[in-house]
Amino acid sequence: MIITLLMVGLVLTGGFAWFSEEKKAGSAKLIALLSLLFFSVCFITFVMAASTEFAQLQQLTKVTWIAVFNIHYQLALDHLSIMLLLLTFLLSIIAVLISWREITYRRGFYYFNLLLTVAGIIGVFTAVDMFLFFFFWEVMLLPMTALIAIWGHENRRFAAIKFFIFTQVSSLLMLIAIILMAYLHLQQTGSLSFSYQDWLKLELPQELASYLMLGFFIAFAVKLPSFPVHSWLPDAHTQAPTAGSVLLAGVLLKTGAYGLIRFVIVLFPQASQEFAPIAAILALISILYGAKMAFAQSDFKRLVAYSSISHMGFVMLALFSFNVNAFHGAVITLVAHGLSSAALFAFAGMLYARIHSRDLAKMGGFWQSAPVMGGFGLAFCAAAFGLPGMANFVGEFFSLIGAFQRFPVITILAALGIIGSAIYGVVLFQSSFHGAVKQQFIDLSIRERIIATSLLAFLLIIGVFPNVILQFTFNGGG
Amino acid sequence: MLLALLPIFPLLSFIFLVGFGKKLSWLQITLSSVGSMLICALASLYLSYTLPNAENGVMVAHLWQWFSLDNGAGQSSVNVSFYLDALSAVMICVVSGVGFLIHLFASIYMKEDNNFSRFMAYMNLFIVAMLILVLADNLVLLYLGWEGVGLCSFLLIGFWYQEKSNVLAARKAFIVTRIGDTAMAIGLFLLFRELGTVNINEISELATKQWLVGSDKAYWICLLLLGGAVGKSAQLPLQTWLPDAMAGPTPVSALIHAATMVTAGVYLIARMHGLYLLSPEVMNYVAWVGAITLLLAGVSALVQTDMKRVLAYSTMSQIGYMMLALGAGAWSAGIFHLMTHAFFKALLFLTAGAVIYALHHQQNIFKMGGLLKKLPFESTLFIIGLVCLMALPGTSGFFSKEAIIAELWSSPTAGATLWWCAIVGALLTSIYSCRLFFLVFLGTPRFDQPLHASHSMLLKGALLALALLSLIGGLLAPDLRELFSIEQLSNSNGNIAEPAWLHTVAIITPFIGIAFSWFYFANYRRGDSNELARAEMQISTNVIKRLSFGGIGFDMLYSLLFVRPFVGIARLNRRDVVDQLLMSIAWYVRICRDVLVFSQNGLLRWYAAAFAFGLVVLIGGWLL
Repeated sequence: MIITLLMVGLVLTGGFAWFSEEKKAGSAKLIALLSLLFFSVCFITFVMAASTEFAQLQQLTKVTWIAVFNIHYQLALDHLSIMLLLLTFLLSIIAVLISWREITYRRGFYYFNLLLTVAGIIGVFTAVDMFLFFFFWEVMLLPMTALIAIWGHENRRFAAIKFFIFTQVSSLLMLIAIILMAYLHLQQTGSLSFSYQDWLKLELPQELASYLMLGFFIAFAVKLPSFPVHSWLPDAHTQAPTAGSVLLAGVLLKTGAYGLIRFVIVLFPQASQEFAPIAAILALISILYGAKMAFAQSDFKRLVAYSSISHMGFVMLALFSFNVNAFHGAVITLVAHGLSSAALFAFAGMLYARIHSRDLAKMGGFWQSAPVMGGFGLAFCAAAFGLPGMANFVGEFFSLIGAFQRFPVITILAALGIIGSAIYGVVLFQSSFHGAVKQQFIDLSIRERIIATSLLAFLLIIGVFPNVILQFTFNGGG
Repeated sequence: MLLALLPIFPLLSFIFLVGFGKKLSWLQITLSSVGSMLICALASLYLSYTLPNAENGVMVAHLWQWFSLDNGAGQSSVNVSFYLDALSAVMICVVSGVGFLIHLFASIYMKEDNNFSRFMAYMNLFIVAMLILVLADNLVLLYLGWEGVGLCSFLLIGFWYQEKSNVLAARKAFIVTRIGDTAMAIGLFLLFRELGTVNINEISELATKQWLVGSDKAYWICLLLLGGAVGKSAQLPLQTWLPDAMAGPTPVSALIHAATMVTAGVYLIARMHGLYLLSPEVMNYVAWVGAITLLLAGVSALVQTDMKRVLAYSTMSQIGYMMLALGAGAWSAGIFHLMTHAFFKALLFLTAGAVIYALHHQQNIFKMGGLLKKLPFESTLFIIGLVCLMALPGTSGFFSKEAIIAELWSSPTAGATLWWCAIVGALLTSIYSCRLFFLVFLGTPRFDQPLHASHSMLLKGALLALALLSLIGGLLAPDLRELFSIEQLSNSNGNIAEPAWLHTVAIITPFIGIAFSWFYFANYRRGDSNELARAEMQISTNVIKRLSFGGIGFDMLYSLLFVRPFVGIARLNRRDVVDQLLMSIAWYVRICRDVLVFSQNGLLRWYAAAFAFGLVVLIGGWLL
């Protein structure tokens, strides 16, 4: 029930924020912030009160939605989704804080869209009826497109449309796969079913299973994103408002990985095993190609966007290695990348607010006027290039050490990504903060310091005590 | 307990300095950074002193479990815990002891810098990472320290970040060492797959049990770890970053790029000696890497014009000796040389720093000269450093270098050729040392501005302490026999008879070098300005000299092979060719749309014409 309340609450407070902004300017952000804080506290207390129940996927709600097709409003939680939800709440609070001064027009509608996106993401992470999942998948997409199209940068229309079409086309494949699965259930048991738990009991014919798996895989690979369907991401990230980039990189990409874990690998174990070499090669290309492209960029946000592709490559490689260590690595990388890329995008936003440019060529020597900002920038770049002691290192290390068991050659090549990340990380840091002083501006404000400190604290805590996440998600490593 | 606190002292100082930074006065910053280093150094000495009384001569401090890895049979715990044995005891004493003296020096040397607190904070952070590196009980924690020192090195090379060249030097150092680190990481993955653990002691135990000497797995793992070591220790083929790293402030060159960080590779190999003994082939490679590096670096040092670059090449060459020792199985000699080198090279760098400071940041040795009379204190210290570097009898360098050379001839993984390499290297060392000395301290002064030497007692005290250590360092030879007890085994199976003249040759080689230089560099000695100008010109005109000046062309080669293609492809594909392909679908759709839009133009005659054309085509088709 609690999840439903969260979603309804977020949508309602979003609507209220929209409404009240009309009455009193500047109230929307406060309402959005308070509502997110309130609901995350609600969620945390709920989880704390009943944490042991969720070791396995635990059903929360089941209400008939469309009786004819046997579609239910059905939600469930386990530790993986709880963790991703916590990440979502954290990053959406940060997203609101980032938007505090950045958004200057149609603010009410902006926060409505922001909260609606969050509600959609919560739905994606909890839905276990596949039709419902698909519904939320779309709900999450639309307000995000609106965020890009209305509050984005100079090329926002194009980026928004590109983002929308990529995701739509790929989710169409998923929809076909979902309907086919429901029919398969009809054939085998005599009734349609969209329920995840029911599908787990199906016996899939081998050849069909590969096709079905592919349908899901493509949808999630686009979202992840993986080479060669990654190219919506640089545009969307670059053009989105800062908060949009933070949510995109921090959470929306994770829905792709979540889909791979929850659906592709679990529903089609054998088909994914057979597909693993191809997925691993795609992951490898993503890692190296992403790193290479990141180095070539001269736009701060584009660089970070390509680095995301590289990082998510590690996740995919790890997931398709079918190894315990690698799986742990994938989950930690999800959280770590969520935090570090959010931090870097937030940083891009802070720089943009000061110099009104994302062009690295116009940056340089910022350390002189903004040492605090430089220190944080250094820490976040270091996290991105996998400095041990930061969360990303643990994730990459687990991923690679696990993947090595299954794909030694691919993993050795993927390890070259470590060099690649050092190159783009150093280039990013040095071209903004080192070099001749090009401009001077004021250092971080208190609000920005809160954002940066909290993200850095989480990155360090997970880096130094990764067991916090591992113990929770896997109950002591299972 | 004290062991666990060791890296905490500098860490606290780092946090304090980062937190309060510019609000602090010079005294507060110095008290925090240098004071924490003093505590750290005393604690290290105390720990090393009490170590023999500990159980098995080993102390362990377990802090917490970092994470655990599933190795198929169960959970292999990766802990944040420190392991102190005779080897790491030597290292912590060098790191914190020499580190303390260099911090002390730096507190005076960098006093006027606007970012003094940031500098001292980085230095403290470096010590933290370095201590973790040498104390780690497993390879992942070691890797943490390893990357940490790399980051600090990056930050300190680029400390004066407004200069483009410093920024590039920092970038180069970081990326080149990262290449080695990646090799090491892959070695780690392989190691874990084969042995299911990353704990150093367990690795040595399991490896000797499971693998035979010469096994393939040991070969690959040792080779990959060697990759990490050559990156960090600036050995062939990843040596190119070290000379450029001299862009950093001089205390950094002394601490990181001479005394401590660059010897991390030597430490790694010594630490993993159990594994290396299983792979004599790789030990042979290690010896060759060391030998070739020491020769190439020695040749490059002969023609440098920048005082710090001479010392940088000299460092490379001396680490080459350490590698050579490790490759020959002379583990304790290698570590001994690591220690004495840390003393005298830190002394040389700091004295060079003092000289450069007195000369208003003039680093070109052709523009110095005649300093012996003007800076007697610095000159004396520099002579002490050079004498140790040349390994004249009685100095610390003599004991350690002789210890290495003595073991080469009969070692199964080294041999006569490598012995000769070491001797030629010693000759080169004494020649470039003499050249440096003549140019800087003898002859006539070739600068206009008046000198302004620092008279701070703290600075002089730090230098004197290092000089003392350099002189008597030979007496402090660490007792590592028990730790490396296996080395006797490896030496016993190859009983090659040693000729009687070996030791004599080794001892007189530096003197030959000095005598040669005395005559060959007579112009430098006298300070004939015309001759000097000609010699300086020659470096850019003479092909061989120019090649040596640029580090034997490796920079050029790598630029051609790797850097340019990488940057070129990146530039070429900036627009992302995959995206272009996908977007061509969009273009196609747009063209179709344009065609259709064009056809729907609302003109009746156009429609009539299209109708007629269609009819003709249809009828024509039917008729034919």
